[in-house]
Amino acid sequence: MAMQPATAGRKARWALLDIVVVVYALVPVLWIASLSLKTKDTVADGNFVPREWTLQNYRDIFATTEFIRPLFNSIGIALIATFIAVVLGMMAAYAIARLDFPGKKLLVGVSLLIAMFPQISLVTPLFNIERELGLFDTWPGLILPYITFALPLAIYTLSSFFREIPWELEKAAKMDGATPAQAFRRVIAPLAAPGVFTTAILVFILCWNDFLFAISLTSTEASRTVPAALSFFTGTSQFDDPTGTISAAAVVITIPIILFVLFFQRRIVAGLTSGAVKG
Amino acid sequence: MAEIVLDKVTKRYPDGARAVSEMNIEIADGEFIILVGPSGCGKSTALNMIAGLEDISGGELRIDGERANEKSPKDRDIAMVFQSYALYPHMSVRENMAFPLRLAKVDGATVDEKVEEAARILDLTQHLDRRPANLSGGQRQRVAMGRAIVRSPKAFLMDEPLSNLDAKLRGQMRTSVSKLQKQLGTTTVYVTHDQTEAMTLGDRVVVLRGGHVQQIGSPQFLYDQPANLFVAGFIGSPSMNFVPAALEDGSLKSPLGTVPLTDRVRSLVEAAGGPREVIAGIRPEHFEDVSLVDDKHRESGATFRSTVDVLESMGAEKYAYFSLEEQAAVNEELAELAADAGSADVPGSGSTIVTRLDAASAAAEGGALEVWFDPDRLQLFDPKSGRNLTFDG
Repeated sequence: MAMQPATAGRKARWALLDIVVVVYALVPVLWIASLSLKTKDTVADGNFVPREWTLQNYRDIFATTEFIRPLFNSIGIALIATFIAVVLGMMAAYAIARLDFPGKKLLVGVSLLIAMFPQISLVTPLFNIERELGLFDTWPGLILPYITFALPLAIYTLSSFFREIPWELEKAAKMDGATPAQAFRRVIAPLAAPGVFTTAILVFILCWNDFLFAISLTSTEASRTVPAALSFFTGTSQFDDPTGTISAAAVVITIPIILFVLFFQRRIVAGLTSGAVKG
Repeated sequence: MAEIVLDKVTKRYPDGARAVSEMNIEIADGEFIILVGPSGCGKSTALNMIAGLEDISGGELRIDGERANEKSPKDRDIAMVFQSYALYPHMSVRENMAFPLRLAKVDGATVDEKVEEAARILDLTQHLDRRPANLSGGQRQRVAMGRAIVRSPKAFLMDEPLSNLDAKLRGQMRTSVSKLQKQLGTTTVYVTHDQTEAMTLGDRVVVLRGGHVQQIGSPQFLYDQPANLFVAGFIGSPSMNFVPAALEDGSLKSPLGTVPLTDRVRSLVEAAGGPREVIAGIRPEHFEDVSLVDDKHRESGATFRSTVDVLESMGAEKYAYFSLEEQAAVNEELAELAADAGSADVPGSGSTIVTRLDAASAAAEGGALEVWFDPDRLQLFDPKSGRNLTFDG
């Protein structure tokens, strides 16, 4: 597509459109951030900019294990699930992209099926199974279903990345004297790195944001993650309104996602494969 | 350096299709051999089997007298240059060229020395620290060559290495590939679909069609003595003219007139014992404007008169095209060649004769011209089998 000349009118129209989109997307986030910075007395005043600023809510949530422990669970469970899902996904995606094997279509079909499966219908069976197996309210009890639902995503994203890597590079590596493992490690893996990062971020976000399994398959702080823990927040007394602390916690768990995207954006976009073949 | 022998090598796919059928080629040590043919003739498959990138379904591949069928590519000690160059985009030119040596666990100082040397030979010294993405097509091509020569392998395999370059650069690279091969003296198998590359580069040329070897020989031999219609039509540019003809009483009756056969041609045809209906072939360069032929030659040759359809003046020579009303010679092999060249889709009945005339010719588009040719240059083919009835090999 040819770039059209950027006239002032066109620029203004795009700027307006961009602003609308950004405002629409960011207002709820800013609202939460604003709530988290308000004092208890002004929390319900409806002002967008807090009239009294305070960091008390943040101090409160980090003062109790009610938040610290779930945060620790969230980070641990999401990281482990992401790691396992990406490693398994890499192997499966490589096979799907490069090899011809019986049942390949079936594998792709089944993984798509899993991605579309309504998770809510699995909650009761999983609850019963995990209680029988002693997995209920443990880390593996959450990691396992997360891997299951993250794998289709990982396989789909990664296989499209692997398909982009020219087949001939691998042949060239073999001709240069590499074993299949060396060819994968020294040629394919470095080129797939942007894809692996992208996939890891997507999978991490999927696990990090999950509420359904987190609330159904946990019962104590032993494995409860932040999204589930938020719903159990109470104020200092039973009649205390926890809006401020919930907002503060919501802001805290949004930060890793924002950092991830900002930090890895360049890697995601970087087209490392350019110049591999003619063109 | 090594000799490579293909002994009845066959490639069969699970669906029963054969890409290569019982291919027998003996490549001598240090020889530059070209595999040439239209797309789908099995030349790349054959190369990949030598490389070890594809399994051999039948027959035996011997490198230096040793059976190599089951050896993995890395144990064959053969380097390959790919059509797309297949440079590693995340490595600098230096690292690309050093990669085979690093895998072979060569020590650092030797690696540097060898890479520098290869870079000097290929004139890449000032580009060593750049990434492939920042190089031009010709430079990438040279890096690919560098990666192949740097570890002094037993043989080079090249899969259409010049086909991604523009015409002028291709001509220059062709010369430098040829020089490089002479300089290194390494056995080289080169795959191309371009008959000009085949004619100019190789010590010997293997013409392939549908997975079968049609003929093996030096470029000049293939040009002078094609074994069949396919080779005759494939080798030479512009390609040989074919017309349907009949043998009658020692003469050849064709759209170009009735021509008495020369003794040489007659004895060859009689020995071959072909049918009476034949296909006659004559190359464009064996025609001449009759006014430019001296009397002595004119008498020994034959002439025909026709209207010049199209005239292309190349400066050094002129190409005159004539249309014949008679049906074009019909043969399966010719149809395949036409399909490959894309000319099967060009509309027009009858056949076209291309002649290459001296630049001094007064031929003009739309004007009549008398054209001379030497009947001794005629090649006669069996229309059914495509066999050359005048083959004298």
